[in-house]
Amino acid sequence: MLSFVAQRVVKGVIVLLAIVVLNFFLIRLAPGDPAIVMAGEAGASDQVFVRQLREKFGLDKPLPEQLFIYVKGIATLDLGFSFRQQAPVAKLIAERLPATLLLTLTAFAISLVLGVLFGTFAARFAGTMLDTGITIFALIFYAMPIFWVALMGILLFSVTVDWLPSFGYETVGANLTGPAHVVDVARHLVMPAMTLGLFFMATYTRMTRASMLEVKRLDFVKTARAKGLSDSVIQRRHVLRNALLPVVTLAGVHAGTLIGGAVITETVFAWPGIGRLMYDALLQRDYNLLLGVFVTCSVMVLIFNLITDLIYRLVDPRIEFAA
Amino acid sequence: MKQFWKSMLRSPSGVIGLIILMLAIWVAAFGPLLFPNSPWRMVQRPFLPPFTLSTVPLGTDALGRDVFAGMIFGARVSLLVGLVSTLVALVVGVPIGAMAGYFGGKVDDALMRFTEFFQTIPSFALAIVLVAILQPSIYSIVASIAVVSWPPVARLVRGEVLSLRTREYVQAAVVTGQSNSWIILREILPNALSPVIVLASLMVATAILLESSLSFLGLGDPNLISWGYMVGAGRTVIRQAWWITVFPGVAILISVLGLNLIGEGLNDALNPRLSRKGR
Repeated sequence: MLSFVAQRVVKGVIVLLAIVVLNFFLIRLAPGDPAIVMAGEAGASDQVFVRQLREKFGLDKPLPEQLFIYVKGIATLDLGFSFRQQAPVAKLIAERLPATLLLTLTAFAISLVLGVLFGTFAARFAGTMLDTGITIFALIFYAMPIFWVALMGILLFSVTVDWLPSFGYETVGANLTGPAHVVDVARHLVMPAMTLGLFFMATYTRMTRASMLEVKRLDFVKTARAKGLSDSVIQRRHVLRNALLPVVTLAGVHAGTLIGGAVITETVFAWPGIGRLMYDALLQRDYNLLLGVFVTCSVMVLIFNLITDLIYRLVDPRIEFAA
Repeated sequence: MKQFWKSMLRSPSGVIGLIILMLAIWVAAFGPLLFPNSPWRMVQRPFLPPFTLSTVPLGTDALGRDVFAGMIFGARVSLLVGLVSTLVALVVGVPIGAMAGYFGGKVDDALMRFTEFFQTIPSFALAIVLVAILQPSIYSIVASIAVVSWPPVARLVRGEVLSLRTREYVQAAVVTGQSNSWIILREILPNALSPVIVLASLMVATAILLESSLSFLGLGDPNLISWGYMVGAGRTVIRQAWWITVFPGVAILISVLGLNLIGEGLNDALNPRLSRKGR
């Protein structure tokens, strides 16, 4: 178990290093000389200032050395400086990270719980009206762009009936504390989390349904039935447990998509997370910040993948830890 | 082929999907000829509600531009970007997967680590970064969607090739001294085609969603109108004018739904073993 985790962490670090290198070259692909871009962002572009910037960031050194400096910086959590926001990129991201984690984890929990629930129902009543209804719903939610679901949510729940707030993380100027504050944040969280969760819910519903129908036909289910186990025990302990494996795999694969969806969701709902930060960086063409958020997203995906790998092995004890 | 159409037409989702896709292609191809209103020109007063004037059936946006015309012209961009970026992803993914599966060993290891690397990077975030850095244009959009969507193709093709490589007819081709490329192209790939076609149809749908999301964030080609751009532009005035965001979104929903249904129909028709119908 420990050696497995160590192995995975090492692999993750290698991938991270590759991402950082990719990032380094992406910055150089950006239009214009980085020093001139930075000088422009800082609002001054005279020759002396550009030369100072070059020296400060080592842009006058050969490329491999520059790469080394860049990697070293990231290893010490130095993601560069955002001239637009006048703050270190790492600090900006650290401030926004908790909100994104709250949003994505809530959305993930909603999608997984509802998706598995609906998928199980659809498979249990395969061929009935209930199954058809769930399948059609899943198909439609699967085809909706997240930004549009978000806007339709606002149109329905904030404009038509005034039930939920349409933007932000908390009521501005209310200065609530304690339980009242928690309720306030929760009310702001409902729509973004549901929006982000619905697309993935549709995916898990389809996956759970297909996978349960597949497992249901296998011999060990017949054996369980022959043993005289009740239908609900068979469904829960034998079918669902095995059918969940591909769903867990899918959840791991979707980590990156979930974060991509968070960029959109946070943009629409003005949720103060790193997705919104990415959008702001985009609007201001703040490449340092943009790529800093990109690296952070990649790290989040790597961690998430590691966790799903571990869960996978807990759900399925047949898989050995020492791969 | 006849058999294929028969089973395709037997699956209701395939039929509905085909009808939707044909309609979308028809609109994209001939729509701009039949409804030549420019989607950029101011034709009426701003915020004209839909269904009030027959010349502007879906109303106008904040600048008095025809929403219906935008939807017609947007169909072209969405379908084109979806199809071309999927094709590019196939051109990248199929050879990588085929080589990994066919040669095995170190080649396989190297190519698969490379593929996994691209699969780990959060795809939408990478697409945003690429389009932002290369500057928004139809080419950078197609390229970045292709860059983030080829890995599943490579993995799928590798798996297929891996299982086909040991078949007797492939062994026979090896024994008769055919070249590697001939064996891959003529013997193996044609037999690995069906799952790739199913995946490709779903990829077009994903690509349309990706393009619309990029345009929504303001990363669309500034010279082309697209559904995502329209929703993005209408977002700030959603309280006054719901129709500017609702209609283009419905267009995206219907096209993506159609393509997903086709994918399902193709899956039933091409892989009868994997049919979703339980019983």
